Amino acid sequence: MSDMQGSRWSAGPKLPKAPTGIRGFDEITDGGLPRGRATLVAGSAGAGKTLFAIEFLVHGALEFGEPGVLMAFEESDRDLAANVASMGWDLVGLERTNMLVIDSVDATPADVVAAGTFNLEGLFIRLAAAVDSVGAKRVVLDSIELLFGAVGHDVMVRAEIGRLFRWLKERGLTTVVTGEQGTGGGLTRYGFEEYVSDCVVALDHRVDEELSIRRLRVVKYRGSFHGTNEYPFLIGEHGFSVLPVTTIGLNYTASEEQVTTGLPDLDEMLSGDGIFRGSTMMISGAAGTGKTAVAAAAVHAACGRGERCLFSSFEESPSQLLRNMRSVGIDLDPYVQAGLLRLWSERASAFGLESHVVGLHEQLAEFGPSLVVLDGLGSLNRAGSEREVISAVTREIGMLKAAGVTAIFTALSHGAVLESTTLGISSLTDTWLQLRNVENDGERNRLVFVIKSRGMAHSNQVREFTLSDQGPTLVNVMVGPSGILTGSARNTQLSRAAAAAVRQEIAVDRGRRAFARHAQRVEAQIAELREQLETDREQLESEMDLETELQFTTTATETESGAARTADFPEHEPGL
Amino acid sequence: MPADTTTPSPGGEAVFRLRLYVTDRTPASQRAVDNLRSACQEYADDRYEVEVIDLLTDPDRAREDQIIAVPTLIRELPEPIRRIIGDLSDQGEILVELLMIPRDVAR
Repeated sequence: MSDMQGSRWSAGPKLPKAPTGIRGFDEITDGGLPRGRATLVAGSAGAGKTLFAIEFLVHGALEFGEPGVLMAFEESDRDLAANVASMGWDLVGLERTNMLVIDSVDATPADVVAAGTFNLEGLFIRLAAAVDSVGAKRVVLDSIELLFGAVGHDVMVRAEIGRLFRWLKERGLTTVVTGEQGTGGGLTRYGFEEYVSDCVVALDHRVDEELSIRRLRVVKYRGSFHGTNEYPFLIGEHGFSVLPVTTIGLNYTASEEQVTTGLPDLDEMLSGDGIFRGSTMMISGAAGTGKTAVAAAAVHAACGRGERCLFSSFEESPSQLLRNMRSVGIDLDPYVQAGLLRLWSERASAFGLESHVVGLHEQLAEFGPSLVVLDGLGSLNRAGSEREVISAVTREIGMLKAAGVTAIFTALSHGAVLESTTLGISSLTDTWLQLRNVENDGERNRLVFVIKSRGMAHSNQVREFTLSDQGPTLVNVMVGPSGILTGSARNTQLSRAAAAAVRQEIAVDRGRRAFARHAQRVEAQIAELREQLETDREQLESEMDLETELQFTTTATETESGAARTADFPEHEPGL
Repeated sequence: MPADTTTPSPGGEAVFRLRLYVTDRTPASQRAVDNLRSACQEYADDRYEVEVIDLLTDPDRAREDQIIAVPTLIRELPEPIRRIIGDLSDQGEILVELLMIPRDVAR
């Protein structure tokens, strides 16, 4: 403690950090472990302490160009290398390229006898030699507490370990020390937290309701911001993953691009072009409403565009899914074979929620799908408490959004009542389709409607939705006097309407012909009247002619008689 | 082990091959060298070879021979291999553990 006195603390520049490269951990610690200082990683046996420490070294060597030294007190270097080879880490290769030194310290106490005073200078010399041989920046001591049993004299060992930590700090080495969880209240059995005052990380592995859940907590981090929650983590195929909910934030960019749902009529309902790329659509409905088929149609369309899709089913095996979709006209086989579609079936309860979150995380990074379907969210309820399920799915949605991946979830609902989990998740989704069965006239038909769709003018219409070997199709719904008509009621209504139309046409035709006849009659009458008129005129004219003739005759007679009386009249031609 | 109490013979007629790991001039190391020398001279006659290794000049030996504590004395022969850590100031322990003198004689 004496070296602490006289030193001054100031809120100067940000504490330098050494990134661990462990997924999620650097986010919750605002950059990693305190550079040039020691961090204690405490936890019970099997909690993942060694893995955390080795991953810190491997990423340091591979990604940050910082060579490391691993002093292993528990396992031989060969065992260590074999244990982590399954994570894809080649410790032997790192040693060959002078990025890592593994020194296995044999601390088995069996054949050691103490006779007089000693110190642990041998350990210091080994560590110094290893650090110097590769110019190490990072050191792991796993687990140095085994020295306590090995040499007896705990007081001396304690003093020597204190000296070792001071030495590491003087050398500016970023160090991870692992420590076994104490049985009492302490973090570690030998109270290492006293020496390592800068940063303490606690790992926990417990079984809740038969589900194993690993958690990580940053107990202490001097001079730095850090998340204080317990963060679930998983040891997956590619190592350690800490999955904080909070780091996802809301700063992903929203795409303007729309992608088809694979059902043109559904696209039409959603402002014409489908859903936004990178958005989240939930399809809820009762059993057998066709939720999976709607999701599969979108997958089919995306694969058809040459995009990669991940279909994660909690309920069906890949072959079951392929067969069922083929029966409704959606053939996904070719895309599976082409490597565009990956089917990932895991029973949620067997797998564990956290491992699904991590599995998805890894699939996103490794496979890079543009569309992800999570089919059967409801069955997650068997895998954890409601809070845990919502937390897991929230993180999955966050990951998908952050990666710009379009996501489709299907969830079971009982009638109009959603499962509470689904309700908790629905607020996180951008588009929500509800599928519903309606039963009347002895048949069951499917309806689809859009409950919400953020950022687009969507139809408020209810459509009928049919599944056949031609794939899912949407049809316009008929509204009859007693509400929505579906199925054969709809067909009846349709034919009724058709008959009415025919009747209407006949009536019109009849009217047209009646008019034509009427017009013909009128025309005929007109012709007749015109005939009559003509006749009348002719008669009138002939009567007038006769009158003139009579007048002429009379005049001629008068002239003749005038001439006879020697009248003075010129001679006239007869007529006018 | 049946012992002739008048002439304690360490490990019968065995030859002792010993290695002592020290860090040069530190007091504990000096004491260890001195203590080992006197014990061997007194009890092992000429039947011993001692190699003293200074880890400061030969640090790789620390890793190769799994040395943690300094000083460390390793008895390679006779079998079984024995490790004693400390400055060897506890002469009774050296006699019993290293030179195979029966405990009741060593006291």
